[in-house]
Formats: sequence, C-alpha cells, structure tokens
Amino acid sequence: MAINRDYAGRTFEPSEPYEVSRVKIADFASAIGDPNPVYRDRSAAQAAGHPDVIAPPTFAIVVSMASSGAALADPGLGLNYAMVVHGEQRFAYSRPIVAGDVLVAQPTITEIRDAGRNVMLTTSTQIRTVEGELVCTAIGTLVERGA
Amino acid sequence: MIVSYDQIEAGAELPAASYPVTRLSLVKYCGASGDFNVIHWNERIAKAVGLPDVIAHGMFTMAEAGRYVTDWAGPGAFVAEFGVRFSSMVVVPDDDHGATIEISGQVEEKLDDNQVAIALTARSSGEKVLTRARAVVRLP
Repeated sequence: MAINRDYAGRTFEPSEPYEVSRVKIADFASAIGDPNPVYRDRSAAQAAGHPDVIAPPTFAIVVSMASSGAALADPGLGLNYAMVVHGEQRFAYSRPIVAGDVLVAQPTITEIRDAGRNVMLTTSTQIRTVEGELVCTAIGTLVERGA
Repeated sequence: MIVSYDQIEAGAELPAASYPVTRLSLVKYCGASGDFNVIHWNERIAKAVGLPDVIAHGMFTMAEAGRYVTDWAGPGAFVAEFGVRFSSMVVVPDDDHGATIEISGQVEEKLDDNQVAIALTARSSGEKVLTRARAVVRLP
C-alpha cells in the first residue's frame, strides 16, 4: 500500500499528558548504557545545577513517539513500518527535560516526498509542558524503503 | 577533566570513544523507548525485508553520540541542539560481541552564551553511520 500524500501538512491532536518519572529516565539511561548520575541521583543532578534528575539528550524521542507513533500508525497514512528506517533526527531544547515534567506532544507531518524508490516522511513534534512552555521541538525523517 | 568554555578552542579534537551494541542492548532499547519495530529484534523478518541482519535503532546510535557529548561536557552541561543523519545501518549480529559504535568529535565553533558546537563522527564496521551529526552544548 502506498503512503497517502494527503497526510502532508496534517497536525495531529496533542497527546495525552506524559509524566516524566525518575524511574523512566533511569531506565532509559540504562538502556543506552549510560551510567551518568545526573540521570539517576537527584542530589548529583542538583549538585550539577539542575532542579532534579534530567533526561539524556535523546529522551524527547520517547515523548515524541508516544504521539507521533500513534499518528504514524494511523491506517489511513499507509506506512509499512517493517520497511521503515530512520533517516534524520534533530532536537532543539529550551531546557533539559526534568523528572516531574508533565509533557504534551503534538506532531505535524511537515513533508512527504519521494527519494528514488524510497519515500521520506518528516514530522515536527512540539513538546510542551501542560502549562504551555515549549521544552523541545523534535524533527524526524523516516524513510520507507521501496520494495 | 572539567571542560571549561574559556579554554576550549575551535578545531580541538575530543578524545574518541567506542560503545558496544549487542542484541540485548536492542531489546532493552525497544523496551525503554517504546520502539518495537521488528527489524530491531527479529532476524527472520529483518532479512525478509531485505536487511543484512537485525539493525540497531538509529536512536540508539544517536543516544551513544549524545552520551559521548555529555561525557565530554560534564554533568552541568545542557545539550541545546542535537541533530544527526543516519547514513548507514549498524548491523548487530547474533553473537557474543555484537557491534561497536566508534565516535569522535571536534569543536566546530565557539558560540555565545557559553555554548560550543561539536561536530561528531560515528562509525561501525568501517561505515560512517552518522553524518551531519552536530550538537550545541551550553557549558555551565
């Protein structure tokens, strides 16, 4: 099934609020093999100048995927996930994600374009606190490989 | 070693580092990230869709590059911008060693507000797995 080009430009509903826990951050840090105490130990994080345990720089993907994942699984889009690889990823943060943040992610499919036999799909996801503070913009390009 | 903004010079090389990635790493990353794409854990399906073997999540490789930057910059640093292009796959064989991601970096530019731009290079099995990899870090 081909990707539905009509989805280009579509902004999806904001995700349900995502509560960032210390446990999740520590779990994510362990999964990437990073023993850094600022991801686990509140006093170590505070000694380094952070308000609480902070998240690693790629953690926003977890929050982003909670929303864009649902958008990309929309059957109307027609993305074949087994044929998908990651093309590009970018994060712009106004501050680190901190344990206790309650975040809402809202993705927009900014572009769907052909690249040879592949299709490139770019999303831009704004991650805000429930109070509306923009914490991170995550821009990702997925590549659906041609059969 | 504590990195100090004043002592950093554009063009300076960061010490290289290498990070292992095994099938277990990928299983853990699936669980922690919520990305359960079968190509990261199922060799049968990975091969059926034309891949050489199970491949690492691009985000795993990016996370190792992030770790490289934060290890260098220290616990008080803040990674304000971080972008990469995934130029080649990190193929992770089903053996006791898995694959290795080798990362090196260079201070590309000193910016205002205690920030530095770091250009990163990541290789696995001789292939460049990240290109246009760049992080802007604000030092304390």
